[in-house]
Amino acid sequence: MIDVLIIGGGIAGLETACSLQDLGYETVIVEKEKTIGGHLNDWDTLFPTHRSAAEVLEHYTEETRKRALTIYLNTYVISIKKQNDGIFEVQTSRDVVFHCKSVVLASGYQLFNAERKEEYGYKIYDNVLTSADLEKRLKNLQGEFTTPTGVTPKRIAFIHCVGSRDEKSGNHYCSKLCCVTAVKQAIHMKQLCPQADVFCCYMDLRMYGPGFEEMYREAQEKYHVQFIRGRLSEVAENANGSLQLKVEDTLAARPSRLQVDMLVLMVGMETAKSTELFAQSCGLECASNRFVKTKDHHIGSNQTNVDGIFTAGASIGPLSVFDTVNHAKSAAFAVNDYLKAMK
Amino acid sequence: MIDSLFILPFTLGMITLFIILFIKYGLWISRLSKIDKLRIVQSLFSRRTLAAISESFMEGLIHRKMFRRHGLLGYMHMSLAFGWFLLIVFGHVEVFVQSGSLSTYPWIPIFFNYFNHDAFPGERFMANLMDFLLLFILSGVFLAYFKRINSKIFGIKKTTKLRPGDRFALASLWCIFPFRLLAESATAALYDNGGFLTNTVGLFFKWIEVTPTMESVLWWAYSISLGVFFVCMPFSRYMHILTEILFIFLRHYGIKLKKQFNSYSRIQIYSCSRCGVCIDVCQMHIANISNNQSVYILKNMRDHDLTARKLYNCMLCGRCESACPVGINLNDLRISQRIKASKEYNSDYAFLQTLPYEPVVEDKKPEVIYFAGCMTHMTPGIKKSVVQVLDKAGVNYQFMDKEKGACCGRPLMLAGQYQAAQKLIEFNREKIIESGATTLLVSCPICYKVFRDDYELGQITIKHHSEYFLELVEQGKISLKKSDKSIVYHDPCELGRGCGVYAPPRTLLAKTGTVLSTEQEKVTSLCCSGSLGDLSLSMADRNVIKAETLKVLLKQNPDVLATACPLCKKTFVKGVDIQVKDIAEIIADAIE
Repeated sequence: MIDVLIIGGGIAGLETACSLQDLGYETVIVEKEKTIGGHLNDWDTLFPTHRSAAEVLEHYTEETRKRALTIYLNTYVISIKKQNDGIFEVQTSRDVVFHCKSVVLASGYQLFNAERKEEYGYKIYDNVLTSADLEKRLKNLQGEFTTPTGVTPKRIAFIHCVGSRDEKSGNHYCSKLCCVTAVKQAIHMKQLCPQADVFCCYMDLRMYGPGFEEMYREAQEKYHVQFIRGRLSEVAENANGSLQLKVEDTLAARPSRLQVDMLVLMVGMETAKSTELFAQSCGLECASNRFVKTKDHHIGSNQTNVDGIFTAGASIGPLSVFDTVNHAKSAAFAVNDYLKAMK
Repeated sequence: MIDSLFILPFTLGMITLFIILFIKYGLWISRLSKIDKLRIVQSLFSRRTLAAISESFMEGLIHRKMFRRHGLLGYMHMSLAFGWFLLIVFGHVEVFVQSGSLSTYPWIPIFFNYFNHDAFPGERFMANLMDFLLLFILSGVFLAYFKRINSKIFGIKKTTKLRPGDRFALASLWCIFPFRLLAESATAALYDNGGFLTNTVGLFFKWIEVTPTMESVLWWAYSISLGVFFVCMPFSRYMHILTEILFIFLRHYGIKLKKQFNSYSRIQIYSCSRCGVCIDVCQMHIANISNNQSVYILKNMRDHDLTARKLYNCMLCGRCESACPVGINLNDLRISQRIKASKEYNSDYAFLQTLPYEPVVEDKKPEVIYFAGCMTHMTPGIKKSVVQVLDKAGVNYQFMDKEKGACCGRPLMLAGQYQAAQKLIEFNREKIIESGATTLLVSCPICYKVFRDDYELGQITIKHHSEYFLELVEQGKISLKKSDKSIVYHDPCELGRGCGVYAPPRTLLAKTGTVLSTEQEKVTSLCCSGSLGDLSLSMADRNVIKAETLKVLLKQNPDVLATACPLCKKTFVKGVDIQVKDIAEIIADAIE
């Protein structure tokens, strides 16, 4: 019998698996994609240090290899059932049924689909990107940076809170990481295109973590990124493919227009569709933001309403790499306590 | 003589009723605008009067629309209204048959059996006929009792809540005909002048050996019920019985409800019978909002106790208006109240003068002027598709608000900001007429509605893109290729119920795929919940209403959910995984 089944092979799942393996438990990871590492695979650099995401990923690949973790790739979970004896029966897409003593949900998040905010023109206008698209572009960058239509950008705008703190788009909550990501990306763009004017349109700037505020300051003082407090209302395309933005400047108390060559939408984080689906199968409670609800906000953030099912990482809400790794470590301890009590 | 005194409650009640009606109707008609009065005078001796009489008969007495909604509900209303009407008519016929003359006191036909105990030629027939009519009405009365206990079998889930004045009137109405039956039966027991019904019930009175005093008491009870009902009538919902007829006549004479509240609005309010049909069709119940349906709002308008909360918490989807058996203009009545209630805000709109518009070139006048509107600018996919189709078809058009533009004014109108809306209307109207175009093309039904209702554009025809694109297809200017996709079409409120456009979008879509029909479509289609008509509805409430609408639309698992309104599209796109597309986008994709 497997001790722990971990759903998700991103950094949360890998960290939890490594820690539990070290504690002597038999673990299995189920990952729906063809590689481990989750969203980190798509990211170029990480805030606030601008360190390469690949470096972090390498670390986990190495740790995984050292411990020879059992990982099922291209496999997704269909349902989780808790039997009367407290053992979980986990049905997967591969016709494999796992029986395990405990389950860790490390299924993470998905990004907001910016097409749902049609007025921003994503997938309608070529030069509108999401923050994730920009990371991919930066990761695969060879030579000079250009916009999707092949222009060296002279003006770039970043729009904060796309699909976050926006009831109309269905998400009332703050994704908290997009602010600092935007500042990081803005600096990066300034480094690549020093001649470009870079704007950030924000509602509030939430620089909550160590080093974030410093980076924000640097963006203003060293890189002259211009921060405009106000939301974007709509985007139109000019004949040459550049974009015309209608934004509100709430500090100047007036509507204004911005002409830019590239627009980056800071898409928020949503609970993964798959998490929602299998949460239903085992009666797992979700919070009003649709992420998995933790049993105790302050002293039990790895536990859920179902005994034996634990969470690690962004399945409980938007978390940074820093927070994810810590949460995953503490998940290992929570599982350890549970399995010890079981014996 | 003394024993005939029981006619007094009836007679006094009737006189009171007539005086009140005379004053009220006189005032209302005198307060109509000069043009409206002229309309009445000019139409008085025309076919319109005949049409009004016919409609009064079909709706006021037969209750045809009620029948269409539910058979039993229709029968209940018909037996009371038409039965009573016939009882009065044949009461007079009975007097005429008996005396050979109609010049008699008005109470004689009402209390005929009390006053006439003698046989006359045709007496048996008349007595049986009158009994039959009484039975007809009584069947309606018993259904009415039953409706209060269980309204479900009448196809009504929720019935109106009664007010004290209505209870009084209702109680007296419910007493009239049972008392008439008892009184006539007592008389029949004493004098053998009844028909099949009253003679049968009379057997009971014979058995208890009824006395003339008891008989007199029952006639008093009948007369008092009538008198009380007549006095209550102008102060209760039963005022609708006669006001509805007045309303039907005025409507046929071409009088239209204005955005500003006037005496015609008042006539409409008093025409509401509070049947409660508008309650069940209201989607607000899904969000547990059950005090702001039209029947209550009209009652509040009548009593001058309408609160802003109730007035503004309505999506103005128009489902109640199209279901209303009386045909009251419920949406515009509500808007007129909003106009009355709202304060003018700072709307100088100085920016209008700085808007960039293409200058008019005399010899290069466009055929079509395209007004995208704010909502289409917020859904650039639609805008792009419309332009693509127009270019492909080689239409000579001008894009009126391509760069910047003014709002059409409909959102302000819905909010009751009449003056502000009027400024925008004036501004846009001038630009549209100046352009020299013969067709105004819109891609937003919200704009369409205000252009049609409030712009007065003269010869310029207004078309929604679904109508215009269908024309382009029919003229062979564009051709579409059909796919095997199944499409469900959602009727936007403002385009369907608002402007009556149901067929063109369906015909057009059928050229690109298979259009599936849904349980509630066309005139009964559900609102997407995104409405601009309600600014106080919370997002959570909107979401539950939307979920119910989507359940109906997606029941058959279509490949595409099509709509013809940018706001509906924006609303739905956040609730489903399947493709939500505007008809313009579907056409742009299907063009060959």
